[in-house]
Amino acid sequence: MKTIFKRYTPLQIAMHVYAWSVLVILIFQYFTGDLTADPVQYLERRTGHHAVALLILSLACTPLNTLFKWSELLKRRRALGLYAFMYATIHVLIYLHLDFGLAWSFILQNFTQDPRLIVGLIAFLLLIPLAWTSFDIWKKRLGKNWKRLHKAVYLIVPLVVLHFAWNKKGNIFTAQGDIAQPLIYGLIVIIFLVMRIPQVRRGIVSVRDRIRGQYRKQRAVHQVSS
Amino acid sequence: MTDKFKSVPIKSSEITPYSQYISRRDFLKAAGIVTGSALLAACAPQATGTAVPEGEAPVVPSGSYTDELGDPANSFKDITNYNNYYEFTTDKEGVAPLSKDFNSKPWTVEVYGMVNNPKTYGIEDLLSRFTQEERIYRLRCVEAWSMVIPWTGFTLASLLKEVEPTSDAKYVRFEAVYRPEEMPGQKSPFYPWPYQEGLRIDEAMNDLAILATGLYGQPMPNPNGAPIRLVVPWKYGFKSIKAITKIELTDKQPETLWSSVSPNEYGFYSNVNPDRPHPRWSQATERRVGELGRRPTLMFNGYAEQVADLYAGMDLSVYY
Repeated sequence: MKTIFKRYTPLQIAMHVYAWSVLVILIFQYFTGDLTADPVQYLERRTGHHAVALLILSLACTPLNTLFKWSELLKRRRALGLYAFMYATIHVLIYLHLDFGLAWSFILQNFTQDPRLIVGLIAFLLLIPLAWTSFDIWKKRLGKNWKRLHKAVYLIVPLVVLHFAWNKKGNIFTAQGDIAQPLIYGLIVIIFLVMRIPQVRRGIVSVRDRIRGQYRKQRAVHQVSS
Repeated sequence: MTDKFKSVPIKSSEITPYSQYISRRDFLKAAGIVTGSALLAACAPQATGTAVPEGEAPVVPSGSYTDELGDPANSFKDITNYNNYYEFTTDKEGVAPLSKDFNSKPWTVEVYGMVNNPKTYGIEDLLSRFTQEERIYRLRCVEAWSMVIPWTGFTLASLLKEVEPTSDAKYVRFEAVYRPEEMPGQKSPFYPWPYQEGLRIDEAMNDLAILATGLYGQPMPNPNGAPIRLVVPWKYGFKSIKAITKIELTDKQPETLWSSVSPNEYGFYSNVNPDRPHPRWSQATERRVGELGRRPTLMFNGYAEQVADLYAGMDLSVYY
């Protein structure tokens, strides 16, 4: 136990446990027969939802570091992104194989009539090069372009949230239906993206440092007086 | 004509292709959904296809029920544990536990409006007054999944004949129970509760339209709309309103819950139509719950022979 905590930080352990949890739960439910009456739809939704969550978490690392100066978060981005890609891949395979039984005529027809699928497909295709180039060797090889390429995630995440939101029965414009969850996801993503704008980030950093400075001063005063 | 929809004393295993008859568990296994599961599966507990909510025992195994196309009915367990019933929750598996304590007794259904004999029926009156018959219908959800369900109930026409709609009555409006203290989903501000639905009067008089009071020979389970619900099998499932308390005859096309939430997606008619995609997804295929792969969706859910006349001359892409 001690060695585990020596080798891995608590954050790292929490991340890996969270990432694998859904797959473990689904395999467990498969054996206990708890994949609901409609296992295909259930598997599609669980894997898709987890991919969205992991992708949003990977997007959260940078702004949370800006806020709390917790640089370890930056080291976790890659694994979160790769886990998201893994679940997205499982999600796509379930759709093609279990849901549609590889009946390509049905699948193609479905794509012509379903904007959700187009959006999801674009997001998935864009994820492939990011996953492929996520290793250090590619980072070196691509140099400056690596960062440019990986900025594609700023487009991918909104597409994925749209893909997710469109599955719900609701209407944002009349504020009716099943819209609370996609709305929350959308807001979080917007906040995380806005916090990356250089001016905003600088503003946050200066406020953060001022608060930290005051806190330190107070603590120093407290220590002196006691 | 109704005979077609009654159960026939033939075992479905004799007339249904084996592939559709084996349990979905075996299906998933066959599809190799979990790699390397074969070894482990031998030690896993066997799935029980007939388990039911507490306190209720299945009278007849699902295998002896088939629809008129020869497809087996879904199990009692699947039918009662996988429900779209937003009055409780939007989570289909969450409806059964949340509706466990719903109180469907006593219950009355008020029939009023443009009728000569307005009347409030107790649920017992409805059960004893009208001949209860069995109808095995396909249910096609607008989300593109489907089930086969053996309902018991009586024709809506027989009720309407008794209250005698006046010649002004053109539509039937249905209203469901409103009890936010028992139905947590009704606390959601995002839906215009109570649930409402409507039919044109000639649709309502069609022999396929029934008020269902049970399924698998049992009183209607709570997750399926106890104690009484509409079943109009040629329309998407959401038209078949659950837990009805009011039936009004009117000359105006009624508001319906889903068409007020999103009018361009859920129209008043909402007939099952593979050629008219939902704005966000295709309706050309469906997954029969318990099967892998897809089936092509049938026009009017396979009931065109009985109902197509109702829409003669109407452009179904406009009146969706």
